[in-house]
Amino acid sequence: MKSLLKMTWMETKLFLREPLGAFFTLAFPLMMLFLFGSIYGNEPTPMFGGYGTIDISVPAYTAMIIATSGLMSITITMAAYRENGVLRRLRTTPVSPLVVLVSQVIVVFAMTSLGMVLLIVAGKLVYHMRFEGNAWSVLGGFVLSSLSFFGLGFILASILRTARTAQIVGMVLLYPMLFLSGAGFPRELLPEAIKKVSTFLPLTYVVNLLRGLWIGQPWGDHLLDVGVLVGMLVLGIIISVKAFRWE
Amino acid sequence: MNTIVQVEGLLKTYGATVAVDEVSFDVQEGEIFGMVGPNGAGKTTTIECLEGLRKPDAGTIRVLGVDPQREVQTLRERTGMQLQQSNLPERMKVWEALDLYSSFYPKPADWKELLVQLGLEEKSDTPFAKLSGGQKQRLFIALALLPDPQLIFLDELTTGLDPQARHTIWDLVRDVRSKGKTILLTTHFMEEAERLCNRVAILDHGRIVALDTPVSLIRDLGAEERVVFSVDGGLPAEFEKPFTGAARVELRGEQVTVRGQNGRKVPLVSEVVGQLTKLGIPFRDLRTEQPTLEDVFLKLTGREIRE
Repeated sequence: MKSLLKMTWMETKLFLREPLGAFFTLAFPLMMLFLFGSIYGNEPTPMFGGYGTIDISVPAYTAMIIATSGLMSITITMAAYRENGVLRRLRTTPVSPLVVLVSQVIVVFAMTSLGMVLLIVAGKLVYHMRFEGNAWSVLGGFVLSSLSFFGLGFILASILRTARTAQIVGMVLLYPMLFLSGAGFPRELLPEAIKKVSTFLPLTYVVNLLRGLWIGQPWGDHLLDVGVLVGMLVLGIIISVKAFRWE
Repeated sequence: MNTIVQVEGLLKTYGATVAVDEVSFDVQEGEIFGMVGPNGAGKTTTIECLEGLRKPDAGTIRVLGVDPQREVQTLRERTGMQLQQSNLPERMKVWEALDLYSSFYPKPADWKELLVQLGLEEKSDTPFAKLSGGQKQRLFIALALLPDPQLIFLDELTTGLDPQARHTIWDLVRDVRSKGKTILLTTHFMEEAERLCNRVAILDHGRIVALDTPVSLIRDLGAEERVVFSVDGGLPAEFEKPFTGAARVELRGEQVTVRGQNGRKVPLVSEVVGQLTKLGIPFRDLRTEQPTLEDVFLKLTGREIRE
């Protein structure tokens, strides 16, 4: 327990010392929010079902942070730790691999949450964002989405041999997904053909779930989203624990 | 004396390659035991089997009385390990690494004392990536000492270090031994093995080809001793007369080298000086060269380049 606490605190410090990760998790989504907020404001429009751009962007950007955390932060950190022999060094101590995995999840989850909180605060203060959902439901959806994407990150990290390939594969998966799933900008703007493509992207289900819960839709409307994400989570846990390698 | 490490018939293969071929040895409490050998001789594989990081194909291993494969947790709590090719996160500071790693052990040594002992006080706030090679190795020794272990494994500790850093590390290792700890190290510096180790095992092609104290290895296997001196006016032919059979004389420019088998009745140097005096040959810069562990090593393992 003591080592989990120490390790978590250490990883938190290391996360904040790495400018790139902190930028994409904490600063970049805020910049997007202010950019599109300054272009469109937050007036209700029929295209977004009577909500404003900011109202639908905050949950969508939260999905973006989740995807970045899972596919970039976790994948690159774990692959680099393995490649550089950081895990090899840890292996000579009595510490359990679970401590390594769990501390990583805690830290990245905390940073993802912080990113979401910053979006909400900015949305409220600057754009009078509307929120009609149940805070606990949204939190539940957020936890489920985060963990299932972190699972994806751990799977990639255990398959890919070097930090460099992990970074490239992570980016190749992440960027198209950000644009096609409705996380980067509203799916309402996409043509029909591309909307079809988006049904194959896991991030689409995160965006659907979070946007729905945000405006107070019941969980019952999102069984497919929940099913897909729970499936990913279970697979992620099984594969990342089974495939964990120290070196 | 207690036996700390016991290895019998250790065998490890990778595919068709036999990395360690039925190696047996033991390490006594309080000694510095060294394994030397060319690249690919099986040193690292052997040490990693002892550490429980690799599973041997055959043979029995006891480290601190336990089987490393079965009781890996016990072993990791009671031994310190420094590995070839391992790292810490680049931005982790020296004190943070020691603080973090000490939380892994039930009864850790005081890391603040280790920081002082290893001369890393001033580097306490320095990130790992900014440390020099020698400082990194000192930090790794500190991490290996954290569990307050009975046995410490040091794998290629001074590879890539400059002479100053290497001598500092040697002093540290002797220091650790004087506190009653047992050390098992690998190196490919013969000088390191000769100066540091109580006993040395020379490995080649996965087998132990010699195992003894450095002094005995040199005495028993050292090829020859040499007496070297310079002459100005050339060397009369009659100088060579007494040096037949067991000794040879070589003349290169002004420099004369007399080589003789080790373990002669009359020391080679007295014979040479006697002969020079008798014939009244003026000479200068006379010195003797004793065989070193390196000579023994090259004699046993040959000179061809490995890998």
